[in-house]
Order: sequence, then structure tokens, then C-alpha cells
Amino acid sequence: MRDALRAVFLRDILQAWRRRADWLTTFFFFIIVVSLFPLGVGPEPAILRVIAPGILWVAALLASMLALPRMFASDYTDGTLEQLTLAPQPLSLLVLSKIVAHWLLTGLPLVLMGPLLGLQFGMAPDMLPVLFYSLLLGTPCLSLIGAIGAGLTLGVRGSGVVALLVLPLYIPVLIFGSGAVEAVGVGTAPGGHLSLLGAVLMISLVVSPLASAAAVRVALE
Amino acid sequence: MLEARDIACLKGSRWLLRGVALRVEPGEVLWIEGRNGSGKTTLLRMLCGLTPPDEGVIQWVGQPIVDAGEAYRRELLYLGHANALKDDLTLEENLRSAMQIAGRTARSDEFDEVLAQCGLIDRRELPVRVLSQGQRRRVALSRLWFPDAPKLWILDEPFAALDVESVQRLSDRLGRHLDGGGMAVLTTHQEVALPAGRTQRLRLDA
Repeated sequence: MRDALRAVFLRDILQAWRRRADWLTTFFFFIIVVSLFPLGVGPEPAILRVIAPGILWVAALLASMLALPRMFASDYTDGTLEQLTLAPQPLSLLVLSKIVAHWLLTGLPLVLMGPLLGLQFGMAPDMLPVLFYSLLLGTPCLSLIGAIGAGLTLGVRGSGVVALLVLPLYIPVLIFGSGAVEAVGVGTAPGGHLSLLGAVLMISLVVSPLASAAAVRVALE
Repeated sequence: MLEARDIACLKGSRWLLRGVALRVEPGEVLWIEGRNGSGKTTLLRMLCGLTPPDEGVIQWVGQPIVDAGEAYRRELLYLGHANALKDDLTLEENLRSAMQIAGRTARSDEFDEVLAQCGLIDRRELPVRVLSQGQRRRVALSRLWFPDAPKLWILDEPFAALDVESVQRLSDRLGRHLDGGGMAVLTTHQEVALPAGRTQRLRLDA
């Protein structure tokens, strides 16, 4: 069982490593979107400091959405998903392995880069750790929720569909995530927002593998 | 033993398959024939449990495959049209992960032996991207050569794209599998010498 989960995970990581350009797109998209705002809004430090948490979070959300179609698409066309479905292990756990790999490749770089970009916006030092933790709790939610959308839209033409599908579910993550950072900005404790984010993570950790596996099964029928 | 009764499949408003019955005992191979679009692949996918039949039941040793679940999937090896190989990984990496996902961790010396038997040993370090269609098929099929292979093989066009030598090697392997009490269900358009006396034929468009 553990061998199979590890095999799925390592294969996705290794494949991504051999095709680095694909995954770096997500990362650079995040950096570019965030960097464009000062140019568009104007270089007023007071304004930028206020809107920074929102910008960083919206950019992280869009970047993570950009990577979603890749979660199952190649496995679907090359027959790997059939083999995963017919493996003795529960499909939901194998799918969870894929989601974890996907998060490491697309979510974790955003978590690490977020505080650095926050610094660029002149965010207060006590906001940066909160930004880090909110991204650390929030981006896995995005990958988990996104997996359901990616599974449901397998075989559907046009990658915009997945965005429409997952966007409503992403909104709570966005609100709690940027809310936590903004709370520090106005001098209140971010604990409440982070706890809610943690709760969303726990719920999606339980629901998403089962729902994504069911979606994949339906797509293969 | 694999048994199916009154299998039907509805595609849109048309019956693709209707009243299909089959039974495969240990040591037997079932050869499904039919023209393109007669539902061969659909039937194979139903036998695997990928597609639920619209009517009828499929049983593995007397138990519906839906209920048998993991126990059935452990005994099953399905190779579809798609080879399930990743272009960017090497032949060996592909095979190793495919085996692990199927729940069988093979040893290194077993890999050497299997790849040698399948004539792929000198290509083990190459990414699958550079292999020809026939070689990719052989890589996917090489899973059949590992010791303690699953009991039931469901193979969709296993002989397609293979050269004469590989066709011979695969039918020999199939013969040994049946000798060992294994079962197989396959589709093919080629005339292949399958073990006489143990081959059933099922025509879908008759």
C-alpha cells in the first residue's frame, strides 16, 4: 500500500522535474501578477501596504487555478488513470498522493515566495509570518478543492470550465487567508481566521480525495 | 473463474451490446472478435469494472465484481489501448512505478530478467519518448512476464503494433499462463495461434 502511494507521488515529482518549464509557469505567473500591481496602481506605499494581502492572495489563488488542468489531464489521456482505478489500493488514497505532489510543485513555492513579495510591498514585519502561515494552510485547500474540479472536468473541452467550477469554493479560502493578514494590519489577532482556514483544510482533506476519486471514476466510464 | 450473464450496454438510444454471456475457467482464453465499433473495448472495460454494465452481472469466483472489489483487482491485470507510460520517464522507471501501483514490488534482478526476456534490456535507461509504437507496447506488455503475475489478464489488442517475433513471444507467454491455471480475455484483429482446445471465441457482431 505504502509502496503504491509512494510510487504515484514520486512519479509525479520526477516527471515534473523532467518538465520543469511547465511547473515554473505557475510560479512566475504568481510573481508577475504581484509585481504588476505597483505599476498599475501607482507607487504610493500607503495604498500598496493596505492592498498587499489581497493582491498576494488573489495572485496565489489564480496561480494555483492555472495549474489545475494539469492535475489529471495527462494521466487521463495516456491510460494511467485506468491503471490507478484498477489498482488494489483505494483510488482515493492514490488520488491524495497526486494532490500532495501537485501541492508541493505548485503550492509550496507560493508559500515560500509570498513573504518575500510581501516585503516588496512594505508589509509590516509582524504581518509576514501570518502571511506565510495563511498561505501554508490555504494553498493545500486550493489544491484539494481544485482536484475535485479537475476530476469533474476531465474530458471536457475548454479549461475555463474548471475555473468556474472551483471558484465559488475558493472564495472562503481567499477571505480567511487575506483576512488573517489584514487582521494583523489593523491590530487584531489573526487566530480566528487561521483557525477557520485550518478547519477548511481539515474538511477538504477528508472530502476531496473521496470526491475527486468519484469524479475520476465517472470520467472513465 | 470469470462469468458474465446478460450483459448489456446502452450507448445513447442504441444498444451497443445486448444479452452477452461469457464464462472463462482457469486455463482458458476468451478471444473476443468483432468489427470496429462492435463494443469489444466496452465489454473489456465492463469486465474490469471500469464501466458498469447497464444490465446483467459480472462475477468473479461467484461474487459480483463490484462486491469483490480489492480482491478482484488484485487478481486482475488490464492493459488497454493506451499504454499508461510516461514519455519523460525511462523505461525502467515507468515499469517500476506501474508494478508498484499494481501492488507488486519487483526486485532489481527480476527487472533485469524480464527486460532481457522481452528484448528491452539495452533500452532500459531511455526515456519512453524515444521508443517506437511497437516498443512502447512491448514495455507495457512486459508486466506480464513478472513472476506471480495476476491470474486474470484482460488485454485490449495486445498484438497490435508488435513485430512477428514479439507476437510469437506473447502467444508463448499466454500459453504458459494458461498452463499455470491462468485466464485471459483478449481482443485482436490478427489471426494469432492461440493454444488449441483452450480457446473460446465470442463474436460480438454476429
